[in-house]
Amino acid sequence: MKKLLLGNAAFARGLYEGGCRFVSSYPGTPSTEITEEAAKYNEIYAEWAPNEKVAMEAALGASIAGARAFCGMKHVGLNVAADPLYTAAYTGVNGGLVIAVADDPGMHSSQNEQDSRHHAIASKVPMLEPSDSQECRDYVMEAFDISEKFDTPVIVRMSTRIAHSQSVVDCGDRQEKELLEYTKAPQKYVMMPAYARGRHVFVEERTLKLTEFAETSPLNKVEINEGTKKGIITSGAAFQYAKEALGDSVSYLKLGMVNPMPVKLIRDFAAKFDEVIVIEELDDVIEAHCKKQGVNVKGKEIFGYIGELSQTIIAEKLLGKKNEMISLDADIPVRPPVMCAGCPHRGVFYALSKNKITVSGDIGCYTLGAVAPLNSMDTTICMGASISALHGFNKVRGAEAEKRSVAVIGDSTFMHSGMTGLVNIAYNATNSTVIILDNSITGMTGHQQNPTTGMNLKGDPAAAVNLEELCKAIGIKRVRVVDPYNIKETESAILEELEADAPSVIISRRPCALLKYVKHNAPLKTDADKCRGCKMCLKLGCPAISMKDGKAVIDHTQCVGCGICEELCKFDAITK
Amino acid sequence: METRSIMIVGVGGQGSLLASRLLGNVILAKGYDVKVSEVHGMSQRGGSVVTYVKYGDKVNSPVIEKGEADVIISFEQLEAARWVPFLKKGGKIITSVQKLDPMPVITGAAAYPEDLIGKMREKGIDVTAVNALELAEEAGNAKASNVVLMGVVAQKTDFGEEVWQAALEQCVPPKFLELNKKAFELGKKAAE
Repeated sequence: MKKLLLGNAAFARGLYEGGCRFVSSYPGTPSTEITEEAAKYNEIYAEWAPNEKVAMEAALGASIAGARAFCGMKHVGLNVAADPLYTAAYTGVNGGLVIAVADDPGMHSSQNEQDSRHHAIASKVPMLEPSDSQECRDYVMEAFDISEKFDTPVIVRMSTRIAHSQSVVDCGDRQEKELLEYTKAPQKYVMMPAYARGRHVFVEERTLKLTEFAETSPLNKVEINEGTKKGIITSGAAFQYAKEALGDSVSYLKLGMVNPMPVKLIRDFAAKFDEVIVIEELDDVIEAHCKKQGVNVKGKEIFGYIGELSQTIIAEKLLGKKNEMISLDADIPVRPPVMCAGCPHRGVFYALSKNKITVSGDIGCYTLGAVAPLNSMDTTICMGASISALHGFNKVRGAEAEKRSVAVIGDSTFMHSGMTGLVNIAYNATNSTVIILDNSITGMTGHQQNPTTGMNLKGDPAAAVNLEELCKAIGIKRVRVVDPYNIKETESAILEELEADAPSVIISRRPCALLKYVKHNAPLKTDADKCRGCKMCLKLGCPAISMKDGKAVIDHTQCVGCGICEELCKFDAITK
Repeated sequence: METRSIMIVGVGGQGSLLASRLLGNVILAKGYDVKVSEVHGMSQRGGSVVTYVKYGDKVNSPVIEKGEADVIISFEQLEAARWVPFLKKGGKIITSVQKLDPMPVITGAAAYPEDLIGKMREKGIDVTAVNALELAEEAGNAKASNVVLMGVVAQKTDFGEEVWQAALEQCVPPKFLELNKKAFELGKKAAE
């Protein structure tokens, strides 16, 4: 049965067909749809965990219990889950354990451009890398087999262009996998020093066996084109770019298994050619392996370490070819992403921007508060860092800073890793002000449920964390809730809590305007006679408001009638 | 058949994901190899978004680069203009005449360029311009502009009516099907 599937959906298909029973993940672009698609299969139990560490530990637990299990995350999520990963490498598995990590070369939706292959090498866990949707399905099934055969977790590395490209997939039926027997085995699963020493020996032996496997596994494909003098070693998306740019004019060694890499296979391939070039995105992982084995290759000196590759970059660097293109005689203004019309975050950022507050930011839609015209963010580092970094900032700068700075963090990010930072504020005492932007959903990744929303991944009712009670239990005495559509209330709450000589939490609560259950008001209108063109409303950075002939106008197709601009207009020029 | 490259461009939230899914399924039904590549996540929040659709006997790279697109389908004038360098010489543009000010225009840091469609035609580009928003509203919902544009594409290509109808039925939820079929028809008529 042939289907056009997103790489991530094909990955989920591989989980289904491979008999996976348990999925626990945290959303992160470009990995999210693997878990969303897996949840659509009734045979698979699937959940959103509060963070990637919890997800991986849950999946490892399911594996130890005898099930084929999976957890998925984006590249930076694997940093959060690195702790269980490096020890899961020692314990190995019972039921097969597959981990997806999705890298984001080009940083389409990420805060850094890390290359997750380093985690596979450092943790000594095998890693496969598919190059289209068909391989996503096939490699996941193969990964389960490798996992059980070699007693190891297996990472499948995705990247944006593989995860978010649809291509044709030949699908099959599910292989039902019964729970394997669970036998107590402390030498394998209790990783205290005495037992872990034994497992490290096992890990090193396993790596030798996996290297042997890599020499002959069909995952690593050699394609010799007759009469060619140049050999290309590549993997993943880079293979597709190379094929398109160079076609049959070169020969290929495509590595489907990028850790551990074969030695003899690479040497034998390289020996056939005058010149061997490694084409890989981000770091020089394959290149460094080749050079370590004494194979003379070129790579990063041609392509560099930054951003995505493409067929045109390869054609230009290796063939000196450049495409002709048409250019218009016009300056085209950029169109950066913005907070949506009616976004509940806007009111908070307007108040912060107006009062020139230092803002310790976090990861989510609200990171867009950093851009013009709100320009209301000083730092954004990683999940949860808003709260912990604010504490450090305030500790060294003292009361002056405490009265002029806040942390902003979303509901899902707070559950992910903001809570522990708040514990630190309460425990180690700074009078910091934390604003939880509770829009009742995980927004940026496309509306996933989280522990505060009262629903689970399958759409069933679930226990909801009460944020007010949680913050109080942590030791924060000043906890209050505001409606960000009410700018005056929001602003005065922020100013009061900044002044208070105690740590405080403001929960700015209003569901995301894009949620299906949110009822929108009728779009607002401007009265051209009353509008003085003062541009006060433009300070909100609402995409529905623009100026035409010196007067503000509201685009009725975008406006959801949130009323913030109406509140701000001093001349009553904006009405229902 | 040599690989053909189509770009679908617009502003995040305008519905390019459905448009590309429709086109992808139409192409699949015709038996071609096909890749449809899109970027999810941050850029979807009102930013400039692009989807690549490539098909032929065998498609390798899922992305389209400068000077490679046979057709650019745009939901918005400025976005059509932005991606012109990606068009092949002799390539075509199908665009809605809708204009949406980007944030630098809203804040006054930049101006929305005048007569973009004229400027594209000056460069010898074959431009089909339709008022997809107005036609979508006529069909019953402004959000159906994406399907209006697919109607235009259907009229300008020869994949055949049957596969388009099947793709609509496959990709559109039943309760919106009638509305979208109407939008599709209006798009086709506009391109006659």
